[in-house]
Amino acid sequence: MIAAMPTDPAITPELIRKHGLTDDEYQLACSILKRDPNFTELGIFSVMWSEHCSYKNSRPELKKFPTTGPKVLVKAGDENAGVLDIGDGWAIAFKIESHNHPSAVEPFQGAATGVGGIIRDIFTMGARPVLCMDALRFGPITPGARDTSEAQVARNRRLLSGVVAGIAHYGNCIGLPTVGGEIYFDSSYNGNPLVNVVCLGVLRHDQIRKGSATGKGNPVYYVGAATGRDGLAGAAFASRELTEESKEDRPAVQVGDPFMEKLLLEACLELFEHNEAVVGVQDMGAAGLTCSTCETASRGNSGIEIELDRVPQRETGMVPYETMLSESQERMLIIARKGHEREVEKIFEKWDLHAAKIGHVTDDGLMRVKHGGKTVAEIPAKQLAEDAPVYVREAKAPAAAPAFDPSSLEEPRDLSPALLELLGHPSIASKNWVYRQYDHQVRAGTCVLPGSDAAVVRLLLDGSSKKNGGGLVKYLALTTDCNAIHCRINPREGAKMVVAESCRNIVCSGGRPLAGSDNLNFGNPHKPEVFWQIRECVEGMAEACRFFGTPITGGNVSLYNESPEGAIDPTPTFCMVGLIEDARFITTQWFKNEGDRIFLLGGTGAGLGGSHYLLHRTGKKVGPLPPFDFEFEKRVQDAVADAIRAGIVQSAHDCSEGGLAVALAESCMSGETKPGAQVKLPSANRTDDLLFNEAPSRVIVSAAPDKVDALKKICAKENVPLAELGSVGGKDLQIQVGDRTIVDAPVTRLHEAWYNAIALCVES
Amino acid sequence: MEFAAKRRKNHKNKSDRKRVRMKFGVVQFPGSNCDQDCIHVIRRVMGHEAFYLWHKDEDLQGADCVMVPGGFSYGDYLRCGAIARFAPMMTAVKKFAAAGGIVIGICNGFQILLEAGLLQGAMQRNRRLKFQCESVHLRVEHASGPFTCKAQEGQVLRIPIAHGEGNYFADTSTLSELNRNGQVAFRYCDGMGKTTDEANPNGSLENIAGITNRSGNVLGMMPHPERASESILGSEDGKVIFESIISWIMNHGTGRKESVVLSKG
Repeated sequence: MIAAMPTDPAITPELIRKHGLTDDEYQLACSILKRDPNFTELGIFSVMWSEHCSYKNSRPELKKFPTTGPKVLVKAGDENAGVLDIGDGWAIAFKIESHNHPSAVEPFQGAATGVGGIIRDIFTMGARPVLCMDALRFGPITPGARDTSEAQVARNRRLLSGVVAGIAHYGNCIGLPTVGGEIYFDSSYNGNPLVNVVCLGVLRHDQIRKGSATGKGNPVYYVGAATGRDGLAGAAFASRELTEESKEDRPAVQVGDPFMEKLLLEACLELFEHNEAVVGVQDMGAAGLTCSTCETASRGNSGIEIELDRVPQRETGMVPYETMLSESQERMLIIARKGHEREVEKIFEKWDLHAAKIGHVTDDGLMRVKHGGKTVAEIPAKQLAEDAPVYVREAKAPAAAPAFDPSSLEEPRDLSPALLELLGHPSIASKNWVYRQYDHQVRAGTCVLPGSDAAVVRLLLDGSSKKNGGGLVKYLALTTDCNAIHCRINPREGAKMVVAESCRNIVCSGGRPLAGSDNLNFGNPHKPEVFWQIRECVEGMAEACRFFGTPITGGNVSLYNESPEGAIDPTPTFCMVGLIEDARFITTQWFKNEGDRIFLLGGTGAGLGGSHYLLHRTGKKVGPLPPFDFEFEKRVQDAVADAIRAGIVQSAHDCSEGGLAVALAESCMSGETKPGAQVKLPSANRTDDLLFNEAPSRVIVSAAPDKVDALKKICAKENVPLAELGSVGGKDLQIQVGDRTIVDAPVTRLHEAWYNAIALCVES
Repeated sequence: MEFAAKRRKNHKNKSDRKRVRMKFGVVQFPGSNCDQDCIHVIRRVMGHEAFYLWHKDEDLQGADCVMVPGGFSYGDYLRCGAIARFAPMMTAVKKFAAAGGIVIGICNGFQILLEAGLLQGAMQRNRRLKFQCESVHLRVEHASGPFTCKAQEGQVLRIPIAHGEGNYFADTSTLSELNRNGQVAFRYCDGMGKTTDEANPNGSLENIAGITNRSGNVLGMMPHPERASESILGSEDGKVIFESIISWIMNHGTGRKESVVLSKG
């Protein structure tokens, strides 16, 4: 007999709908149970079958991603994070995950707990987390921004400040460097910011941990913070559209304690060294106790029985529904091996943590929850965890948007003001106001700090070595990318270009792309136009990943990103990780020496469609996008990679938002010395198109004069167009087309506009 | 001081000297997060011995120098460093320091040493009220003593900071005492060594970035020399501090008395 609590409400159609379950889904739950669920069980089905936990709307699409490869040790979807071989018996675990809805409602805690959640996913795999990155999107923070009221600008600034402070609070305290990421500001994110967080950890192959409950009678431990009513049913909350009433959902946002997580992290990693004592481990993230118990049982083809009276609680009078659905942070479920209880408990005691034995593994395939001596929920674990309904939604391409008509836009004679305005746009401007709040150097491994094409991090892989310079060292390059404007105009091509850009960033930093993790942020999948965007983006991204040989090792889907004004632009954020084989290959984007020659690989491109320049001047996101070609992209990347390996290149920087002119300005001003550059460009139909088009597959490199021939040879071999643009030197950036000077500005002035833009918006 | 004599004797012979390995104890509090970085630099960069000292223990395990690393000890709840000072290990560290032992506190370690009363003054929140992580310049105020004997007076070091509460404060009499006794070890400055207000990242009084105790054997500093000891990380300027400690102990001994080792017989 399954007991109900006296306080449980009756199961009515309204209650079922309030839990986000359709009638069919409710019927499916009944047929799994062979009876009607009680209130607790209804809550359990509701969170497990939310989009956040079940991917019910996106699963058929996600299957299109390439997820295997010779280096994939644990593939996407099998565990909490994918694991990738980096050689010599070592591996990395990494993943990107969103915390969009909580951050919209409570930016500080929403972002902080987003960081906490992804870190737990990584150390759950047995890896020591070594870095974080963040990809953030907000509505405009500039006064007078288009389509945005002043009140909304003020809200966006508060969201930015709160999210950044939350990330800093959690990451800094736990001692992980936040080494990079990206931030964009666009009116499509008004009321629905995006907070995507990456964590990466390092482990030996033999340290991989599985989230699986096996062995009848093995004890199940609950470790970490006590359970409260915070974050009640957060997964279900994240699977709804944000409305004016979402503020009422504030209890669905959790509160983070990075100190507790630091203790959990250290204690768990110490415990994992005791291989014989641990069977499985799973963090309690979305859907808390519910998800961690049924998923471990499901993976282990076993059952699990827990007693809620033994669950540490920080509030009194919690009913089973609340305990099971709470998303209190910093909690882990450990399945220990029988007979090793003391060993486990002693390690947690050392770290002043309480390990509570709350249940045991069974062999009946059921997730059984007891409370006050009675069974209050009993659900077949595998069916709950894996048999969520799967939907293939209707997809419909929207009506074709009008294309950009160049004759409608006047070409300015002097392009310096346009360049300065673009450099001062918060999406393009320096993000130092943000990353200076993050400790980006703790763990003493950040070789390339935030502000270059990719972050570069050193991994020390043999901590026990006592010799000077001894031990194994590896270098990783990491980037997150997504041009959502491109993805809005043409989701398929835009998504291909996202992956291509991330590879290009890795290559420009001296690395070889290894694998990626994607965070699919979209609107409501029930809208056919939105579902079409999802499908197009996934297929474009999948095609690109197959082409570049970079499997997807995991990720996250965040749907229902809508505000009363409509869906966000499709934002499939992509995190790419690459391996740098030798420290000598590490390359940064800024010019180094006076007299170095400046080159453009990949041609000048053409077409202002989808450019930030066009958006800035007209407010329009219109195409067509400049053409993209995989084979050409690959040749450009190979040429850059060869040149870096041959020691020819002083700097390499890809052309992305803001086009060639912004990339040149960044090459001048983003380093320590900030030299000028004298550049001559071939003539073009329009000089603004020449400077600001965002054609892909282009890289600016600089090289010492005596290396020029070698660079030419490499580009000829790869059949990549190479244009000598000019040289590094002086104090100004001067760009000439023919005999006409179209940009002439002191680097200090460019720097001023670019470096302080965000601080001026936020702190004014 | 048999130990010191042994060190001095070894010093005479260069090849012998290489074999002398200092022992650095790095205190590990719950929430310490620069502990591994300190161990790494001492072992791999400096080539000496380094081990952890658990906060619940009272045994310094024969350390020649105690490092109190950065991080968020006890989550920095209540006040930075306020809870850490009650740790049993801090009792041992205090006795070690009182006997002349070399103690260096970095960032949160500096805050802990202030709270423990091993150094004078207090920390306030940065004047911009935000956590700040960036490279700053430091001027070496004195090229003497255990922490800067290998540096030059007035030398400018480029070392990163990463803190939210590094705004050093002391009352006027303490401040003049620190100045009079030469206890200010480092000041924030510009690239030319000028201690301007713009070069002061957090609002510290008189641009103070690091101070020692009266007898000079205890240093607290907010910047992280362990993050600036390798060229791959962008600066090696922090190394001079570790070189100074090693050279000082080599020449002067540790100041450690056997009686200080509490639980090791």
